Amino acid sequence: MHSQTISQLAHGLRSGQFSSVELTQHFLERIKRYPELNAYITVTDQPALQTAQLADAKIAAGTAGLLTGIPMAHKDIFCTQGVKTSCASKMLDNFIAPYNATLVDKLDQAGAVMLGKLNMDEFAMGSSNETSFYGAAKNPWDTNKVPGGSSGGSAVAVAAQLAVYATGTDTGGSIRQPAALCGITGLKPTYGRISRYGMIAYASSLDQAGPMARSAEDAAILLQAMAGFDPKDSTSADVPVADYLADINQPLQGLTIGLPKEFFAESLNAEMAGVLATAIAEYQKLGATIKDVSMPNLKLAIPAYYVIASAECSANLSRFDGVRFGHRCQNAQDLTDLYVRSRGEAFGKEVKRRILMGTYALSAGYYDAYYLKAQKVRRLISEDFSKALTEVDVIMSPVTPSPAFGIGEKLADPIEMYLADIYTIAVNLAGLPALSVPAGFINGLPAGLQIIGNYFQEAKLLNVAHRYQQVTDWHHQQPQKFS
Amino acid sequence: MSLSENDVNKIAHLARLGIENEDIGHYAQDLSGLLALMAQMEALDTTGIKPMAHPLDQCQRLRPDVVTEQNQRDHFQAIAPQTQDGLYLVPKVIE
Repeated sequence: MHSQTISQLAHGLRSGQFSSVELTQHFLERIKRYPELNAYITVTDQPALQTAQLADAKIAAGTAGLLTGIPMAHKDIFCTQGVKTSCASKMLDNFIAPYNATLVDKLDQAGAVMLGKLNMDEFAMGSSNETSFYGAAKNPWDTNKVPGGSSGGSAVAVAAQLAVYATGTDTGGSIRQPAALCGITGLKPTYGRISRYGMIAYASSLDQAGPMARSAEDAAILLQAMAGFDPKDSTSADVPVADYLADINQPLQGLTIGLPKEFFAESLNAEMAGVLATAIAEYQKLGATIKDVSMPNLKLAIPAYYVIASAECSANLSRFDGVRFGHRCQNAQDLTDLYVRSRGEAFGKEVKRRILMGTYALSAGYYDAYYLKAQKVRRLISEDFSKALTEVDVIMSPVTPSPAFGIGEKLADPIEMYLADIYTIAVNLAGLPALSVPAGFINGLPAGLQIIGNYFQEAKLLNVAHRYQQVTDWHHQQPQKFS
Repeated sequence: MSLSENDVNKIAHLARLGIENEDIGHYAQDLSGLLALMAQMEALDTTGIKPMAHPLDQCQRLRPDVVTEQNQRDHFQAIAPQTQDGLYLVPKVIE
């Protein structure tokens, strides 16, 4: 039963084939069976079984929704009241969240059964899950490879079926990239679509939560439960939530797909180009037409992103000072010593690198040259997308330049790691929605297709992804060792 | 633009961030590499372009000035490293 989709499981629960308690026990056993994947930081088995009992009562009473009683897990970046919320950092290793993130509350109300909290890159800074204080999560398709990041544990849990679905966050590709490398479906909604309240901030103008699941249909069900205006988040979008399942089956006849020529330059790996060509041919069979588009400023997305993200990170992470919560050093001599050592002892190297970079970019004399310049470049990149999206309905591209790389392979050169974010990062700068769907394999490792749409057109993206999943079976493939 | 070890120490002080002596050279090298990457932006003319601080160019929302939160001080201080009489304790600041 662990390979079923949300709708299949909801049907199974309602028709009495299994109870939520049985389903939850089944997943808890799987989590115990595969500790080598290191997908979970915390497993909340007893509370999960209690929630499952309540879910069974609701199902029996006929008051259950689609998500009631379905076992899932949260990225450890979301505050969960009474449960350790570490952000995969030594800084928050002792942090028991005193309140719930809005996203957590919303899924609780929908009847979700939380199995635990998932591994990630420390404070969501990384593309490989290797910066986690708790060690790297492993890719279930080849445990010597990274699962991607920063929502690495989320992608591993869904791909290895240690949860039916997971939550993730995406600042520069952190949902889409691990989804692609692990062969699952991941959606980054429009900036502001899902509340950031209780989601530990990395770069506030880029961060966005989203669902990671087995199919576009599951992602649609999840987005329905997660999206919506939240007065507690000052950047939450006050825009009505669409019905994401209503048009998911619409035929794609007449759909125009844009291919940015800057994304299909000679630097694109030949095998990845092949995967993309096959996927696009599939879309042509479904009635779509293809159009080349040009977005000349895309090439500056990586430098602009790393200025903006680092600057916002250095400001956001200043709250970790050893005073109110989190790690505190022993025997501080004075207040400065307390700050310097508490932060120095508890942050990992990648987090420190970004704090240093951001502090420099924001410091007197450099602000205009870096931060302000990056924000201007950001606008030009965003205008490139807006222009392209007046000519086409969706834009397609690879998610990553290559399939999963080896654990440890890119750690020595942070810039090489940053450059691998080339296809995902610009979307965050523009604040657009985008999703990643499994589109093939390269040497036995999954490869993803990215679909980018206009603001608040998540329903269109899910429709475009769902139709593709009706005629392909890449999203049904499972890593054999964990099937 | 490249950064010296001395520059790294200054930035670390601004960020109140302890870094290990043996790592300073690596940070200087990494940050210099990043600055070289960022320098690519200089080639683009951005004269007259308005900086984009928010992806939806949204304004800060206002709300009526009424109390919406209850006092949860004890609850929040339960996870603090050191408190006394409802106050957070830090090393002595004023002699």
